[in-house]
Amino acid sequence: MFLSIVYSTLLLSSVGIVAAVVLFLVSKRFYVYENPLIEEVEDILPAANCGGCGSPGCKAFAEKLVNTEDISDLFCPVGGNDVMKQVSGLLGKEVAEKDPTVAVLRCQGSCDVRPKTSEFQGPSSCAISSLVYGGETDCQYGCLGFGDCVDVCDFDAMYMNEETGLPVIITDNCTSCEACVKACPRDIIEMRPRNKRDLKIFVGCLNEDKAGIARKACAVACIGCSKCVDICPKDAVTMTGSLAYIDPAVCTLCRKCVEVCPTDSIIETNFPKKKVKVTKQAKA
Amino acid sequence: MLKTFPKGGIHPAENKITSAKAIKRLAVPKVVYVPIAQHIGIPSEIIVDRKDKVKIGQVIAKSGGYVSSNIHSPVAGTVTKLDMIVDSSGYKKQCIVIRTDQKDESNFQEPEFPLNREITMDQKDILQHITDSGIVGLGGATFPSHVKLDLRNDNKVDCLIINGVECEPYLTADHRLMLEKADEIIVGIQILMHALHINRAVIGIENNKKDAIRVLKKAAKLDSRIKVAALRVKYPQGSEKQLIKAILNREVPMGGLPMDVGVIVHNVGTIFAIYQAVQHDRPLIERVVTVTGKKLKDPSNFWVKIGTPVKDLVEEVGGVPEGTRKIVNGGPMMGKALKDTDVPITKGTSGILVISEDEASRQQTKPCIRCSNCIFVCPMGLEPNLLMDLSEKGFYERAGTEDIMTCIECGSCSYVCPSHRPLLDYIRFGKSIVKKLQVAEN
Repeated sequence: MFLSIVYSTLLLSSVGIVAAVVLFLVSKRFYVYENPLIEEVEDILPAANCGGCGSPGCKAFAEKLVNTEDISDLFCPVGGNDVMKQVSGLLGKEVAEKDPTVAVLRCQGSCDVRPKTSEFQGPSSCAISSLVYGGETDCQYGCLGFGDCVDVCDFDAMYMNEETGLPVIITDNCTSCEACVKACPRDIIEMRPRNKRDLKIFVGCLNEDKAGIARKACAVACIGCSKCVDICPKDAVTMTGSLAYIDPAVCTLCRKCVEVCPTDSIIETNFPKKKVKVTKQAKA
Repeated sequence: MLKTFPKGGIHPAENKITSAKAIKRLAVPKVVYVPIAQHIGIPSEIIVDRKDKVKIGQVIAKSGGYVSSNIHSPVAGTVTKLDMIVDSSGYKKQCIVIRTDQKDESNFQEPEFPLNREITMDQKDILQHITDSGIVGLGGATFPSHVKLDLRNDNKVDCLIINGVECEPYLTADHRLMLEKADEIIVGIQILMHALHINRAVIGIENNKKDAIRVLKKAAKLDSRIKVAALRVKYPQGSEKQLIKAILNREVPMGGLPMDVGVIVHNVGTIFAIYQAVQHDRPLIERVVTVTGKKLKDPSNFWVKIGTPVKDLVEEVGGVPEGTRKIVNGGPMMGKALKDTDVPITKGTSGILVISEDEASRQQTKPCIRCSNCIFVCPMGLEPNLLMDLSEKGFYERAGTEDIMTCIECGSCSYVCPSHRPLLDYIRFGKSIVKKLQVAEN
């Protein structure tokens, strides 16, 4: 009885020792050196794994940051300048500084201003709908309304407004990972610079059609009247075909273009209300 | 036992309600809208300008490259606009708008084309005529015919197959053409055999068109090289690869062309257009269109000028009936619903199908129950359920290795799915992405 306990103890311990030796040798033989910096960098990164940097996750981006000589063209949009500065301090490499951006929806074609002229019965997906035809409305540039952008947003920064049929971007939650920009088959979502009070002015329309056709399809379409181009003191507005575009780098947010736009297709956000604007809406 | 292709296939209700209706000539429309992208490949280049006077058959847009095609004016009249108009793709496309000259007699007097059996041209002239006449595959794929016929010197093509299958339910355009223009089709086949030095031609017709089989067999007696093959009724037999397998038991390799197994396939409509072009110097400016639907007052087949708005055709058969849900360009299986009735008829429009609410509406999608019906019916031997999942979840590389690109988009999988899953929608979407990835790779 006593002996059997001794034997089994000895046997098990010897098996354990042999296994330990084998494991030790194997771990020495197949040791993979990983730069301890990678883990440190990964700790700084936001761990959102959104892919906004172009790498498949934060770990891969950390590896890239450590292993690349020149990291000036790498940027973590979610962490922004703060994170990149910390990375720079740790690695001693130059990093780019970028102005923070936020996603904006360049379409205002809600259900009441852009009537539906057909019905799409296929799967509820913008990508498939856009493959099949120009969309349920007569505007083939605007929002399709199936919410592919909302589906890909990892940060709860978007939801579909049932009333308007358009997605809404919650600016505070937006991390500028650009997942929605990539998901949108119509390229309606644009990244615009984000300033302190989140003031933005942009053309909320992508309709390139001529005035008559655009207006017929949607009441708030840009009709290419060029009034905004004429009034802009800084030449920030450019006209391609019959569609205006406001260059955020030049725009000084003076709001003159918003007032002259006859179709209300220029959107201003977070500005304190102006009296003029109120009367204009009252008239309409 | 009649021949057919072995793998997969379905047999939807045929509904060929217009098969006994002779082809009528539709009145020349007041305005025609001629899109410049009517064929697969590079869109044609417009060579007319606003206010230009054009004659019937005048080239108004010339071929934009090798895989492209000339486009001719279907009417005599004046170019009023070069405009963007929603075509059957559902997107706005460049169109040439021509107002018909009501005083020009050539618009209203159809020239007579007596049967001309004598083939005088040589090979080069025939091919040149086909190229110049803007002939594309009229079965629906609209692939420019001259590209198909441009054989390399080392070709081993030994058989010409004429596709008179018309496996789509409802459509009867090819059926009527075969009945009414059998002799012309035979001459057309002879022209191609002469031009390509082929000594064997088989006309494949499904057995639900017994009268067409009889008429063509009689017409083909003149030439012992031409045979008529009656085929078992099965969708999608009109697909090139399935037809070759059915008639010759040859299998086109994956990603290959019929040419690789020594075959060229042409639709009967294309053959008739080739006959017209070579023997009568008549470019492709009109085609047979079936206008059909169970609720229509007088569904029928028509000779229609390219560029005629669909609404003209629908009015001709008694207007849009009440309770109409969709107007489909093409047949019920592969056709595509139109956005509105202003869409013009193009070279690829074989039918206009007006379907009602109860026939057209999609049922609610339910989860896949793994019944594998879609796999059984897939004529290409694919796994549609897997391909749909891969496309839906974004595994495009895997979808590529599962041969998503070999899908012929026949829609048999969606047709049989007891859970009403939109298999083809997702597979088509997956194909579009995989194609982009493949292009980016090269």
